[in-house]
Amino acid sequence: MNKPLLEIKGLRKWYGAVEVLKGVDCTMAQGEVISIIGSSGSGKTTMLRCINMLEEFQDGQILLDGEAIGYEEHPSGRRRKSEKEVARQRALTGMAFQQFNLFPHMSAAQNVMLGLVKVKKMGRDEARTLAEQWLGRVGLAARADHYPGQLSGGQQQRVAIARAIAMNPKLMLFDEVTSALDPELVGEVLQVIKGLAAEGMSMLLVTHEMRFAYEVSSRVIFMNKGVIGEEGDPKEMFVRPRTERLAEFLKTSSFQ
Amino acid sequence: MDPNFLNDLALFANEIWIARYALLKGLGVTLSISALAILAGSVLGIGVALGLVYGPRVLRAVIRVYVDIVRGTPVLVLVLASYYIFSTVGLDLGPFQAGVLALAVFCSSHIGEIVRGALQAIPPGQAEAAKAIGLTFGQTFSSVLWPQALRQILPTWVNTAAEMVKASTLLSVIGVAELLLRTQEIISRNFLSLQFYFLAGFLYFLINFGIERLGKYVERKTAVPS
Repeated sequence: MNKPLLEIKGLRKWYGAVEVLKGVDCTMAQGEVISIIGSSGSGKTTMLRCINMLEEFQDGQILLDGEAIGYEEHPSGRRRKSEKEVARQRALTGMAFQQFNLFPHMSAAQNVMLGLVKVKKMGRDEARTLAEQWLGRVGLAARADHYPGQLSGGQQQRVAIARAIAMNPKLMLFDEVTSALDPELVGEVLQVIKGLAAEGMSMLLVTHEMRFAYEVSSRVIFMNKGVIGEEGDPKEMFVRPRTERLAEFLKTSSFQ
Repeated sequence: MDPNFLNDLALFANEIWIARYALLKGLGVTLSISALAILAGSVLGIGVALGLVYGPRVLRAVIRVYVDIVRGTPVLVLVLASYYIFSTVGLDLGPFQAGVLALAVFCSSHIGEIVRGALQAIPPGQAEAAKAIGLTFGQTFSSVLWPQALRQILPTWVNTAAEMVKASTLLSVIGVAELLLRTQEIISRNFLSLQFYFLAGFLYFLINFGIERLGKYVERKTAVPS
Protein backbone atom coordinates (compact mmCIF):
# COMPACT_ATOMS: atom_id res chain seq x y z
CA MET A 1 0.00 0.00 0.00
CA ASN A 2 1.15 3.54 -0.70
CA LYS A 3 2.20 5.84 2.07
CA PRO A 4 -0.94 7.48 3.50
CA LEU A 5 -1.51 11.17 2.78
CA LEU A 6 -2.71 11.94 6.28
CA GLU A 7 -2.16 10.08 9.51
CA ILE A 8 -3.67 11.19 12.78
CA LYS A 9 -2.41 9.33 15.82
CA GLY A 10 -3.86 9.71 19.31
CA LEU A 11 -4.88 13.33 18.75
CA ARG A 12 -5.94 14.99 22.00
CA LYS A 13 -6.97 18.54 22.65
CA TRP A 14 -8.16 20.42 25.67
CA TYR A 15 -9.79 23.82 25.98
CA GLY A 16 -8.70 24.55 29.52
CA ALA A 17 -10.03 21.66 31.53
CA VAL A 18 -12.45 20.48 28.87
CA GLU A 19 -11.16 17.67 26.71
CA VAL A 20 -12.67 18.05 23.25
CA LEU A 21 -10.60 15.48 21.37
CA LYS A 22 -9.96 12.35 23.38
CA GLY A 23 -7.58 10.41 21.21
CA VAL A 24 -8.49 10.43 17.53
CA ASP A 25 -6.80 7.97 15.17
CA CYS A 26 -7.40 8.14 11.48
CA THR A 27 -5.61 7.42 8.22
CA MET A 28 -6.40 8.87 4.85
CA ALA A 29 -5.07 7.83 1.47
CA GLN A 30 -4.28 10.08 -1.45
CA GLY A 31 -7.42 10.99 -3.39
CA GLU A 32 -9.86 10.02 -0.68
CA VAL A 33 -12.91 12.12 0.08
CA ILE A 34 -13.88 11.78 3.72
CA SER A 35 -16.90 13.39 5.31
CA ILE A 36 -16.87 14.02 9.02
CA ILE A 37 -20.30 14.08 10.56
CA GLY A 38 -21.57 14.31 14.09
CA SER A 39 -23.58 16.54 16.38
CA SER A 40 -22.25 19.95 17.40
CA GLY A 41 -19.66 19.75 20.13
CA SER A 42 -18.47 16.34 18.98
CA GLY A 43 -15.09 17.79 18.00
CA LYS A 44 -15.31 17.47 14.21
CA THR A 45 -14.47 21.10 13.40
CA THR A 46 -11.76 21.17 16.06
CA MET A 47 -10.16 18.10 14.53
CA LEU A 48 -10.17 19.74 11.11
CA ARG A 49 -8.64 22.93 12.51
CA CYS A 50 -5.86 20.98 14.22
CA ILE A 51 -4.72 19.67 10.84
CA ASN A 52 -3.71 23.16 9.71
CA MET A 53 -2.74 24.37 13.17
CA LEU A 54 -5.54 26.89 13.51
CA GLU A 55 -5.93 25.06 16.80
CA GLU A 56 -3.08 23.93 18.98
CA PHE A 57 -3.26 20.35 20.22
CA GLN A 58 -1.70 18.97 23.35
CA ASP A 59 -1.04 15.36 22.53
CA GLY A 60 -0.78 13.02 19.59
CA GLN A 61 0.59 13.50 16.13
CA ILE A 62 -0.64 14.62 12.75
CA LEU A 63 1.43 13.52 9.77
CA LEU A 64 0.77 15.04 6.38
CA ASP A 65 2.64 13.18 3.66
CA GLY A 66 4.90 11.85 6.40
CA GLU A 67 5.69 15.30 7.79
CA ALA A 68 4.77 16.03 11.43
CA ILE A 69 2.47 19.03 11.57
CA GLY A 70 3.01 21.79 14.10
CA TYR A 71 5.18 20.03 16.66
CA GLU A 72 8.42 18.14 16.79
CA GLU A 73 9.66 15.63 19.30
CA HIS A 74 12.76 16.49 21.28
CA PRO A 75 14.52 14.47 23.94
CA SER A 76 13.30 17.15 26.36
CA GLY A 77 9.73 16.82 25.14
CA ARG A 78 7.42 18.07 22.48
CA ARG A 79 8.06 21.48 21.01
CA ARG A 80 6.02 23.71 18.74
CA LYS A 81 7.65 24.41 15.41
CA SER A 82 8.64 27.97 14.56
CA GLU A 83 5.96 30.36 13.34
CA LYS A 84 7.58 30.45 9.92
CA GLU A 85 7.63 26.66 9.67
CA VAL A 86 4.01 26.41 10.81
CA ALA A 87 3.06 28.99 8.15
CA ARG A 88 4.80 26.91 5.50
CA GLN A 89 2.97 23.78 6.67
CA ARG A 90 -0.38 25.55 6.64
CA ALA A 91 0.10 26.23 2.95
CA LEU A 92 0.26 22.47 2.35
CA THR A 93 -3.45 22.29 3.11
CA GLY A 94 -6.24 24.51 1.84
CA MET A 95 -9.22 25.46 3.91
CA ALA A 96 -12.69 26.78 3.21
CA PHE A 97 -14.64 28.21 6.12
CA GLN A 98 -18.26 28.35 7.13
CA GLN A 99 -18.20 32.16 7.01
CA PHE A 100 -16.16 32.31 3.76
CA ASN A 101 -13.73 34.82 5.33
CA LEU A 102 -12.93 36.54 2.06
CA PHE A 103 -10.82 39.65 2.46
CA PRO A 104 -13.42 42.41 1.97
CA HIS A 105 -10.95 45.06 0.76
CA MET A 106 -9.76 42.92 -2.14
CA SER A 107 -11.46 41.90 -5.36
CA ALA A 108 -12.17 38.23 -6.01
CA ALA A 109 -9.02 37.95 -8.13
CA GLN A 110 -6.90 39.73 -5.51
CA ASN A 111 -8.22 37.35 -2.85
CA VAL A 112 -7.00 34.40 -4.89
CA MET A 113 -3.72 36.10 -5.82
CA LEU A 114 -2.65 37.05 -2.29
CA GLY A 115 -1.31 33.65 -1.28
CA LEU A 116 0.20 33.03 -4.71
CA VAL A 117 2.17 36.28 -4.59
CA LYS A 118 3.09 36.34 -0.89
CA VAL A 119 3.56 32.65 -0.13
CA LYS A 120 4.37 31.09 -3.50
CA LYS A 121 6.35 34.20 -4.55
CA MET A 122 4.69 34.14 -7.95
CA GLY A 123 4.85 37.17 -10.24
CA ARG A 124 1.67 39.28 -10.33
CA ASP A 125 0.88 38.48 -13.97
CA GLU A 126 1.30 34.77 -13.48
CA ALA A 127 -0.75 34.90 -10.30
CA ARG A 128 -3.48 36.88 -12.04
CA THR A 129 -3.66 34.32 -14.86
CA LEU A 130 -3.89 31.46 -12.40
CA ALA A 131 -6.50 33.31 -10.32
CA GLU A 132 -8.65 33.90 -13.39
CA GLN A 133 -8.27 30.27 -14.36
CA TRP A 134 -9.51 29.08 -10.95
CA LEU A 135 -12.28 31.65 -10.78
CA GLY A 136 -13.36 30.33 -14.17
CA ARG A 137 -13.35 26.82 -12.77
CA VAL A 138 -15.78 27.79 -10.03
CA GLY A 139 -17.93 29.62 -12.58
CA LEU A 140 -16.96 33.16 -11.65
CA ALA A 141 -14.70 34.29 -14.50
CA ALA A 142 -16.92 37.32 -15.04
CA ARG A 143 -16.72 38.30 -11.36
CA ALA A 144 -12.92 38.47 -11.03
CA ASP A 145 -12.91 42.20 -10.33
CA HIS A 146 -15.95 42.24 -8.05
CA TYR A 147 -15.48 42.78 -4.35
CA PRO A 148 -16.89 40.33 -1.76
CA GLY A 149 -19.58 42.87 -0.85
CA GLN A 150 -20.82 42.70 -4.43
CA LEU A 151 -21.15 38.91 -4.47
CA SER A 152 -23.81 36.55 -3.15
CA GLY A 153 -22.99 34.13 -0.35
CA GLY A 154 -22.67 31.23 -2.76
CA GLN A 155 -20.39 33.22 -5.03
CA GLN A 156 -18.25 34.32 -2.08
CA GLN A 157 -17.87 30.74 -0.95
CA ARG A 158 -16.82 29.68 -4.44
CA VAL A 159 -14.20 32.44 -4.51
CA ALA A 160 -12.99 31.22 -1.11
CA ILE A 161 -12.67 27.69 -2.47
CA ALA A 162 -10.78 29.00 -5.52
CA ARG A 163 -8.49 30.95 -3.18
CA ALA A 164 -7.62 27.75 -1.31
CA ILE A 165 -7.34 25.45 -4.33
CA ALA A 166 -5.17 27.86 -6.33
CA MET A 167 -2.43 27.28 -3.76
CA ASN A 168 -2.30 23.69 -5.00
CA PRO A 169 -2.70 22.07 -1.57
CA LYS A 170 -2.13 18.39 -0.92
CA LEU A 171 -5.35 18.23 1.03
CA MET A 172 -8.47 20.40 1.10
CA LEU A 173 -10.33 20.99 4.35
CA PHE A 174 -13.95 22.10 4.16
CA ASP A 175 -15.48 23.34 7.39
CA GLU A 176 -19.28 23.36 7.09
CA VAL A 177 -18.98 25.40 3.93
CA THR A 178 -22.70 25.44 3.18
CA SER A 179 -24.02 26.06 6.71
CA ALA A 180 -24.15 29.86 6.34
CA LEU A 181 -25.78 29.79 2.91
CA ASP A 182 -29.38 30.26 1.88
CA PRO A 183 -30.82 26.91 0.80
CA GLU A 184 -31.00 27.91 -2.86
CA LEU A 185 -27.27 28.73 -2.89
CA VAL A 186 -26.08 25.46 -1.38
CA GLY A 187 -26.27 23.57 -4.66
CA GLU A 188 -23.79 25.72 -6.57
CA VAL A 189 -21.14 25.27 -3.87
CA LEU A 190 -21.67 21.53 -3.55
CA GLN A 191 -21.40 21.27 -7.33
CA VAL A 192 -17.92 22.83 -7.20
CA ILE A 193 -16.82 20.43 -4.45
CA LYS A 194 -18.19 17.46 -6.38
CA GLY A 195 -16.18 18.55 -9.41
CA LEU A 196 -13.00 18.68 -7.35
CA ALA A 197 -13.70 15.27 -5.87
CA ALA A 198 -14.17 13.82 -9.32
CA GLU A 199 -10.71 15.10 -10.27
CA GLY A 200 -9.11 13.19 -7.43
CA MET A 201 -8.55 16.03 -4.96
CA SER A 202 -8.05 14.69 -1.45
CA MET A 203 -10.66 16.24 0.79
CA LEU A 204 -11.84 16.23 4.36
CA LEU A 205 -15.30 17.73 4.78
CA VAL A 206 -17.08 18.60 7.96
CA THR A 207 -20.67 18.74 6.87
CA HIS A 208 -24.28 18.66 7.90
CA GLU A 209 -25.40 17.81 4.38
CA MET A 210 -26.00 14.11 4.83
CA ARG A 211 -27.26 13.57 1.31
CA PHE A 212 -24.10 15.19 -0.02
CA ALA A 213 -21.85 13.19 2.32
CA TYR A 214 -23.59 10.07 1.13
CA GLU A 215 -23.08 10.89 -2.53
CA VAL A 216 -19.60 12.34 -2.62
CA SER A 217 -17.57 10.60 0.07
CA SER A 218 -15.55 7.46 -0.22
CA ARG A 219 -15.66 7.19 3.56
CA VAL A 220 -17.58 8.77 6.42
CA ILE A 221 -16.32 9.40 9.93
CA PHE A 222 -18.88 9.82 12.66
CA MET A 223 -17.49 11.84 15.54
CA ASN A 224 -19.04 11.37 18.94
CA LYS A 225 -17.90 13.10 22.16
CA GLY A 226 -14.34 13.66 21.01
CA VAL A 227 -13.65 10.25 19.53
CA ILE A 228 -14.46 8.52 16.28
CA GLY A 229 -17.71 6.72 16.97
CA GLU A 230 -17.92 4.86 13.72
CA GLU A 231 -16.41 5.00 10.27
CA GLY A 232 -16.90 3.29 6.97
CA ASP A 233 -18.48 3.32 3.56
CA PRO A 234 -21.39 5.80 3.51
CA LYS A 235 -23.54 3.36 1.53
CA GLU A 236 -23.12 0.94 4.41
CA MET A 237 -23.09 3.32 7.38
CA PHE A 238 -26.13 5.41 6.50
CA VAL A 239 -28.24 2.39 5.74
CA ARG A 240 -27.10 0.07 8.51
CA PRO A 241 -25.47 2.05 11.33
CA ARG A 242 -23.60 -0.26 13.68
CA THR A 243 -23.81 1.91 16.78
CA GLU A 244 -26.88 3.21 18.47
CA ARG A 245 -25.43 6.75 18.67
CA LEU A 246 -25.09 6.95 14.89
CA ALA A 247 -28.55 5.54 14.35
CA GLU A 248 -29.93 8.22 16.65
CA PHE A 249 -27.90 10.95 14.97
CA LEU A 250 -29.05 9.93 11.51
CA LYS A 251 -32.65 9.92 12.67
CA THR A 252 -32.44 13.53 13.83
CA SER A 253 -30.42 14.73 10.84
CA SER A 254 -31.87 15.64 7.48
CA PHE A 255 -30.81 12.42 5.77
CA GLN A 256 -33.77 10.43 4.61
CA MET B 1 -22.53 101.79 3.31
CA ASP B 2 -21.65 103.24 6.70
CA PRO B 3 -18.40 105.20 6.20
CA ASN B 4 -17.31 104.33 9.75
CA PHE B 5 -17.47 100.63 8.95
CA LEU B 6 -15.36 101.10 5.83
CA ASN B 7 -12.88 103.09 7.87
CA ASP B 8 -12.65 100.31 10.46
CA LEU B 9 -12.20 97.75 7.73
CA ALA B 10 -9.40 99.74 6.15
CA LEU B 11 -7.74 100.11 9.55
CA PHE B 12 -8.02 96.37 10.20
CA ALA B 13 -6.59 95.58 6.77
CA ASN B 14 -3.74 97.94 7.42
CA GLU B 15 -2.99 96.33 10.80
CA ILE B 16 -3.03 92.88 9.20
CA TRP B 17 -0.56 94.14 6.64
CA ILE B 18 1.72 95.52 9.37
CA ALA B 19 1.51 92.24 11.31
CA ARG B 20 1.74 90.00 8.23
CA TYR B 21 5.12 88.48 9.05
CA ALA B 22 4.22 87.85 12.68
CA LEU B 23 0.96 86.18 11.58
CA LEU B 24 2.61 84.04 8.94
CA LYS B 25 5.37 82.97 11.31
CA GLY B 26 2.77 82.09 13.93
CA LEU B 27 0.78 80.15 11.38
CA GLY B 28 3.94 78.35 10.26
CA VAL B 29 4.81 77.39 13.84
CA THR B 30 1.25 76.17 14.49
CA LEU B 31 1.35 74.09 11.34
CA SER B 32 4.72 72.55 12.21
CA ILE B 33 3.72 71.79 15.80
CA SER B 34 0.51 70.16 14.62
CA ALA B 35 2.09 68.20 11.78
CA LEU B 36 4.95 66.92 13.95
CA ALA B 37 2.68 66.03 16.85
CA ILE B 38 0.17 64.24 14.61
CA LEU B 39 2.88 62.37 12.72
CA ALA B 40 4.91 61.33 15.75
CA GLY B 41 1.74 60.66 17.73
CA SER B 42 0.34 58.42 14.99
CA VAL B 43 3.53 56.40 14.62
CA LEU B 44 3.79 56.05 18.39
CA GLY B 45 0.07 55.32 18.60
CA ILE B 46 0.31 52.46 16.11
CA GLY B 47 3.11 51.04 18.24
CA VAL B 48 0.91 51.41 21.32
CA ALA B 49 -1.94 49.59 19.57
CA LEU B 50 0.30 46.76 18.35
CA GLY B 51 1.57 46.30 21.88
CA LEU B 52 -1.96 46.34 23.31
CA VAL B 53 -3.34 43.84 20.82
CA TYR B 54 -0.46 41.47 20.12
CA GLY B 55 2.05 42.12 22.90
CA PRO B 56 2.87 39.72 25.73
CA ARG B 57 0.98 40.20 28.96
CA VAL B 58 3.63 42.31 30.72
CA LEU B 59 4.01 44.69 27.79
CA ARG B 60 0.25 45.03 27.54
CA ALA B 61 0.00 45.97 31.20
CA VAL B 62 2.77 48.57 30.91
CA ILE B 63 1.21 50.17 27.83
CA ARG B 64 -2.23 50.11 29.41
CA VAL B 65 -0.91 52.12 32.37
CA TYR B 66 0.79 54.57 30.00
CA VAL B 67 -2.37 55.09 27.95
CA ASP B 68 -4.63 55.49 30.95
CA ILE B 69 -2.35 57.98 32.67
CA VAL B 70 -1.80 60.08 29.57
CA ARG B 71 -5.47 60.08 28.62
CA GLY B 72 -6.49 61.03 32.13
CA THR B 73 -4.15 64.01 32.27
CA PRO B 74 -5.10 67.45 30.90
CA VAL B 75 -3.00 68.35 27.86
CA LEU B 76 -1.91 71.59 29.51
CA VAL B 77 -0.48 69.62 32.42
CA LEU B 78 1.41 67.38 29.97
CA VAL B 79 2.80 70.44 28.21
CA LEU B 80 3.95 72.08 31.44
CA ALA B 81 5.34 68.80 32.79
CA SER B 82 7.25 68.11 29.62
CA TYR B 83 8.76 71.61 29.66
CA TYR B 84 9.65 71.86 33.36
CA ILE B 85 10.29 68.26 34.44
CA PHE B 86 12.82 67.31 31.78
CA SER B 87 14.97 70.31 32.60
CA THR B 88 15.20 69.18 36.26
CA VAL B 89 16.77 65.91 35.15
CA GLY B 90 19.26 67.74 32.97
CA LEU B 91 17.55 67.13 29.65
CA ASP B 92 17.11 70.61 28.33
CA LEU B 93 14.38 70.64 25.74
CA GLY B 94 13.43 73.97 24.22
CA PRO B 95 9.80 75.02 24.53
CA PHE B 96 9.08 73.91 20.95
CA GLN B 97 10.53 70.42 21.40
CA ALA B 98 9.00 69.98 24.85
CA GLY B 99 5.60 71.09 23.56
CA VAL B 100 5.67 68.86 20.52
CA LEU B 101 6.73 65.93 22.70
CA ALA B 102 3.82 66.50 25.08
CA LEU B 103 1.32 66.73 22.25
CA ALA B 104 2.77 63.67 20.50
CA VAL B 105 2.49 61.64 23.70
CA PHE B 106 -1.08 62.80 24.18
CA CYS B 107 -1.88 62.04 20.54
CA SER B 108 -0.30 58.57 20.78
CA SER B 109 -2.59 57.52 23.61
CA HIS B 110 -5.67 58.48 21.62
CA ILE B 111 -4.48 57.05 18.30
CA GLY B 112 -3.39 53.92 20.19
CA GLU B 113 -6.91 53.35 21.51
CA ILE B 114 -8.47 54.07 18.12
CA VAL B 115 -6.18 51.64 16.31
CA ARG B 116 -6.60 49.00 19.00
CA GLY B 117 -10.36 49.20 18.65
CA ALA B 118 -10.17 48.96 14.87
CA LEU B 119 -7.85 45.93 14.97
CA GLN B 120 -10.00 44.14 17.51
CA ALA B 121 -13.15 44.83 15.52
CA ILE B 122 -11.87 42.77 12.59
CA PRO B 123 -13.53 39.34 12.69
CA PRO B 124 -11.06 36.62 13.79
CA GLY B 125 -11.91 34.69 10.63
CA GLN B 126 -9.88 37.20 8.62
CA ALA B 127 -6.62 36.33 10.32
CA GLU B 128 -7.52 32.63 10.21
CA ALA B 129 -8.15 32.73 6.48
CA ALA B 130 -4.81 34.48 5.97
CA LYS B 131 -3.04 31.91 8.12
CA ALA B 132 -4.77 29.09 6.29
CA ILE B 133 -3.21 30.12 2.98
CA GLY B 134 0.19 30.18 4.65
CA LEU B 135 0.74 33.87 5.38
CA THR B 136 3.07 34.68 8.25
CA PHE B 137 1.93 37.06 10.97
CA GLY B 138 3.73 39.99 9.35
CA GLN B 139 2.14 39.30 5.98
CA THR B 140 -1.27 38.80 7.57
CA PHE B 141 -0.96 42.12 9.34
CA SER B 142 0.25 44.16 6.40
CA SER B 143 -2.00 42.68 3.70
CA VAL B 144 -5.15 41.73 5.56
CA LEU B 145 -5.52 43.35 8.97
CA TRP B 146 -3.93 46.78 8.58
CA PRO B 147 -5.72 47.79 5.35
CA GLN B 148 -9.05 46.96 7.00
CA ALA B 149 -8.17 48.73 10.24
CA LEU B 150 -7.01 51.82 8.35
CA ARG B 151 -10.40 52.30 6.74
CA GLN B 152 -12.02 52.09 10.16
CA ILE B 153 -9.58 54.50 11.72
CA LEU B 154 -9.69 57.29 9.17
CA PRO B 155 -12.75 59.29 10.35
CA THR B 156 -11.67 59.21 14.01
CA TRP B 157 -8.10 59.94 13.04
CA VAL B 158 -9.24 63.16 11.34
CA ASN B 159 -10.98 64.11 14.56
CA THR B 160 -7.88 63.52 16.63
CA ALA B 161 -5.74 65.47 14.15
CA ALA B 162 -8.10 68.45 14.46
CA GLU B 163 -7.89 68.15 18.25
CA MET B 164 -4.12 68.34 18.03
CA VAL B 165 -4.27 71.54 15.99
CA LYS B 166 -6.48 73.07 18.66
CA ALA B 167 -4.26 71.75 21.45
CA SER B 168 -1.24 73.40 19.84
CA THR B 169 -2.53 76.73 21.23
CA LEU B 170 -1.58 75.48 24.72
CA LEU B 171 2.07 75.79 23.78
CA SER B 172 1.64 79.56 24.05
CA VAL B 173 1.85 79.21 27.85
CA ILE B 174 5.42 77.93 27.66
CA GLY B 175 6.33 80.69 25.25
CA VAL B 176 6.17 78.99 21.88
CA ALA B 177 5.38 81.76 19.42
CA GLU B 178 2.61 79.95 17.62
CA LEU B 179 -0.43 81.58 16.06
CA LEU B 180 -2.29 82.35 19.29
CA LEU B 181 0.70 83.88 21.07
CA ARG B 182 1.53 85.95 17.98
CA THR B 183 -2.06 87.12 17.83
CA GLN B 184 -1.96 88.17 21.47
CA GLU B 185 1.24 90.11 20.86
CA ILE B 186 -0.31 91.87 17.89
CA ILE B 187 -3.41 92.74 19.92
CA SER B 188 -1.31 94.16 22.74
CA ARG B 189 0.12 96.60 20.18
CA ASN B 190 -3.01 97.68 18.30
CA PHE B 191 -5.85 96.74 20.74
CA LEU B 192 -7.97 95.29 17.92
CA SER B 193 -8.82 92.27 20.07
CA LEU B 194 -12.14 91.38 18.49
CA GLN B 195 -10.80 91.52 14.94
CA PHE B 196 -7.57 89.64 15.53
CA TYR B 197 -9.04 86.90 17.70
CA PHE B 198 -11.62 86.44 14.99
CA LEU B 199 -8.87 86.24 12.39
CA ALA B 200 -6.96 83.66 14.46
CA GLY B 201 -10.13 81.62 14.88
CA PHE B 202 -10.71 81.74 11.16
CA LEU B 203 -7.17 80.53 10.42
CA TYR B 204 -7.57 77.58 12.85
CA PHE B 205 -10.82 76.76 11.13
CA LEU B 206 -9.10 76.77 7.75
CA ILE B 207 -6.43 74.34 8.93
CA ASN B 208 -8.97 71.93 10.36
CA PHE B 209 -11.23 72.28 7.36
CA GLY B 210 -8.27 71.31 5.19
CA ILE B 211 -7.57 68.25 7.36
CA GLU B 212 -11.19 67.24 7.16
CA ARG B 213 -11.29 67.58 3.36
CA LEU B 214 -8.09 65.55 3.08
CA GLY B 215 -9.61 62.85 5.29
CA LYS B 216 -12.78 62.72 3.20
CA TYR B 217 -10.70 62.50 0.03
CA VAL B 218 -8.64 59.57 1.33
CA GLU B 219 -11.81 57.90 2.59
CA ARG B 220 -13.37 58.16 -0.85
CA LYS B 221 -10.22 56.89 -2.55
CA THR B 222 -9.93 53.84 -0.30
CA ALA B 223 -13.63 52.98 -0.13
CA VAL B 224 -14.38 49.32 -0.88
CA PRO B 225 -17.11 48.84 -3.50
CA SER B 226 -20.13 46.95 -2.27
